[in-house]
Amino acid sequence: MSNETTATTARRGQAPRGERIADWADGRLGIYSLAKANMRKIFPDHWSFMLGEVALYSFIIIILTGVYLTLFFHPSMAEVTYHGSYVPMHGIKMTQAFESTLHISFDVRGGLLIRQIHHWAALVFLAAMMVHMMRVFFTGAFRKPREVNWLFGFLLFVLGMFTGFTGYSLPDDLLSGTGVRFIEGVILAMPLIGSYLQMFIFGGEFPGHDIIPRFFTIHVLLLPGIMLGLLVAHLILVIYHKHTQFPGAGKTNNNVVGMPLLPVYMAKAGGFFFLVFGVIAVIAAVASINPVWAIGPYRPDQVSTGAQPDWYMGFAEGLVRVMPGWEWNFWGHTINFGVLIPILVFPLVLVAIAVYPFVESWVRGDKREHHILDRPRNVPTRTAFGVAWLVAYFVMLIGGGNDLWATHFHLSINSITWFVRIAFFVGPVLAFIATKRICLGLQRRDKDKVLHGRESGIIKRLPHGEFIEVHEPLNQEQLHFLTQHEQPEPVELGPEVDENGVRRKLKRSQKLRAKLSKGYYGEDNVIPKPTVEEYKEITSGHGHH
Amino acid sequence: MKKLSARRRHPLAALVVLLFALAVTGGLYAAFAPADKAQADDTAQSLAIKEGKKLFAVGCASCHGTGGQGSSDGPSLVGVGAAAVDFQVGTGRMPAQQPGAQVPRKRNIYTNAQIDQLAAYVASLGPGPAVPDKAQYSADGADIGKGGELFRTNCAQCHNFTGKGGALTNGKYAPTLEGVNPKHIYEAMETGPQNMPSFGDGTLSKQNKKDIVAYLGAVDSDKSASPGGMELGGLGPVTEGLFGYIFGLGACVAVAIWVAARTTKAKKS
Repeated sequence: MSNETTATTARRGQAPRGERIADWADGRLGIYSLAKANMRKIFPDHWSFMLGEVALYSFIIIILTGVYLTLFFHPSMAEVTYHGSYVPMHGIKMTQAFESTLHISFDVRGGLLIRQIHHWAALVFLAAMMVHMMRVFFTGAFRKPREVNWLFGFLLFVLGMFTGFTGYSLPDDLLSGTGVRFIEGVILAMPLIGSYLQMFIFGGEFPGHDIIPRFFTIHVLLLPGIMLGLLVAHLILVIYHKHTQFPGAGKTNNNVVGMPLLPVYMAKAGGFFFLVFGVIAVIAAVASINPVWAIGPYRPDQVSTGAQPDWYMGFAEGLVRVMPGWEWNFWGHTINFGVLIPILVFPLVLVAIAVYPFVESWVRGDKREHHILDRPRNVPTRTAFGVAWLVAYFVMLIGGGNDLWATHFHLSINSITWFVRIAFFVGPVLAFIATKRICLGLQRRDKDKVLHGRESGIIKRLPHGEFIEVHEPLNQEQLHFLTQHEQPEPVELGPEVDENGVRRKLKRSQKLRAKLSKGYYGEDNVIPKPTVEEYKEITSGHGHH
Repeated sequence: MKKLSARRRHPLAALVVLLFALAVTGGLYAAFAPADKAQADDTAQSLAIKEGKKLFAVGCASCHGTGGQGSSDGPSLVGVGAAAVDFQVGTGRMPAQQPGAQVPRKRNIYTNAQIDQLAAYVASLGPGPAVPDKAQYSADGADIGKGGELFRTNCAQCHNFTGKGGALTNGKYAPTLEGVNPKHIYEAMETGPQNMPSFGDGTLSKQNKKDIVAYLGAVDSDKSASPGGMELGGLGPVTEGLFGYIFGLGACVAVAIWVAARTTKAKKS
């Protein structure tokens, strides 16, 4: 502070308290420039941009409730006999982990509600991340400069899956214990290293006394710590890149149209946090989740039907359930393909969606920045790929719950398993083709609307007796919305021979790229949008068509 | 004794011994044979068997054979016992509506007296488990905790943790045990209906069965409490995931749409 300012302050008496506090903080934290740069940050308005917020808020809810649960939970596998307040468990031997979960559920004030909020929020968190990811995917929001942030988000989703799984295992109930046994089987199925890894992770034979304390550390410290870091990085990048926006009047690749962070978005986002918290709390108050008292403590000699993981792991469950139990035995060693192949396919399916942005930018030869979102119909190949991926994912979810499909739809579990086996390969192909046709159909409709206007439903009779339907022309804003998208040319290979008439040598990757690029922008994969000449010719004519 | 021994060659001695032997035999018979009252019951029993046979001829014989000997469409009923009949007919499974992977539970069309008559007839074909009496399956003196443990060890792999049912191969299934009469649960364990193995008294003692029935009464009846709120079918993470997606995320999205639609407008458009 300069002398002059001090003099001014002295002249006018003390500054208001708020200003003094801000001044104090600015002198030490440098918040002024930070606030100046970010307080007027503009965010566009669209409900689908708030899906990520739902994920963020449910993550905060999980951390808050999780802290409360750690105050009462004992991550120990020491054996105790239950004498608590839940009568049907009296006299049953169980681990301390399970006993303390029953204690939280029945004897800690608000314990059951907090447990249920924690678990429901976890399901909503993963669901919100998945849907948020799909919104980003189908609108092309992952394009440059946001590829890295896409990867951060993807990592958050995968880490969320494992955090959820370890948390689901902590109560050491019969359901989650079966899941841990499943994981042990997965580890054992890894060739060569399987047995060693199993002994290392479980500290001896299954179940041992180590796995719950280890999962506890991973669940409350390691994974949430990494996730928190990634989350902060994810948000910083959102601010740094500025938000994408849907096309529309006045919206360009160089601006963001919306409301400022302060005060509008602060109020909206803050309020939305409480709304999300409220929704999850209401659900946790009315609907039971993971009723461990009914499930019973884990014992390796017991198992129940209907043993499924939480939904985000259901995809892996499905892969293992529908895989035929093939195995090779040689020289006293077994390779269990029934489990090995699913655990290889599982990361592949996830990675397929993770690397998609890089594949697309390579195929399209597109290195420009994109801040205007695509309408899914205008990029039929990407949309079709996304739908195909989702079909593969959800087919496997059916496989993971095949027993419940069987009992609730009165079907044979064997037929469902065969359906899933076939549909995993055929379903995505059919979905790809169908989605692409639908997208092209919608593009044709858009073109038709631009050239001929909207069908008004008004039938007019002309003097010579002909009936026509009156089409209302679209206004300028709608016309812009339907025609603003780019339609680049596919990447060309160039002439086959060079200027000397010698055959050019083409790398295989170049040929592949040209072929894939045609898949995006080739003649059959895009409906050329109406040109200005076409529009003028038609609109200047008879006024109807 | 000398007198008796001296007369043992008497011409009438054989007659006396014969008469004595007859008297002893008759006396023993009179002492140990079923009393008159039991004989009266026997006639009621035979009447029940007769009536049961008539009912059997109408409702059961087309698959199980006229004498319960079984056919290509249904198994032999010799030795299944009254408990099996009481279970199958009492839960409406028998008579079956149609052949299939499994005969479902449906509305029972017989009166209790008719079921007893059918059971008496089938029981007369060969020895088998009798219908349990109320003391055997009532919750008095049962250990619910032990019953839960036994249930998870022996039953949960098909019937789910709390007896909500589950799938078996090729369209067969373990039905839900919710709302099933305790007597029928007891009988099912005794007789092993359809795809279920039977748990005779050597496998699960009478007390064990009583404990299991009591456990199900505590956790899987319309009277059992659900401390966490709606049970969502008690089927585990699949329904929870579905509920979380539809109502959890669904409500959040609905709220998001509401929030996004309400905004300050820079200018009226």
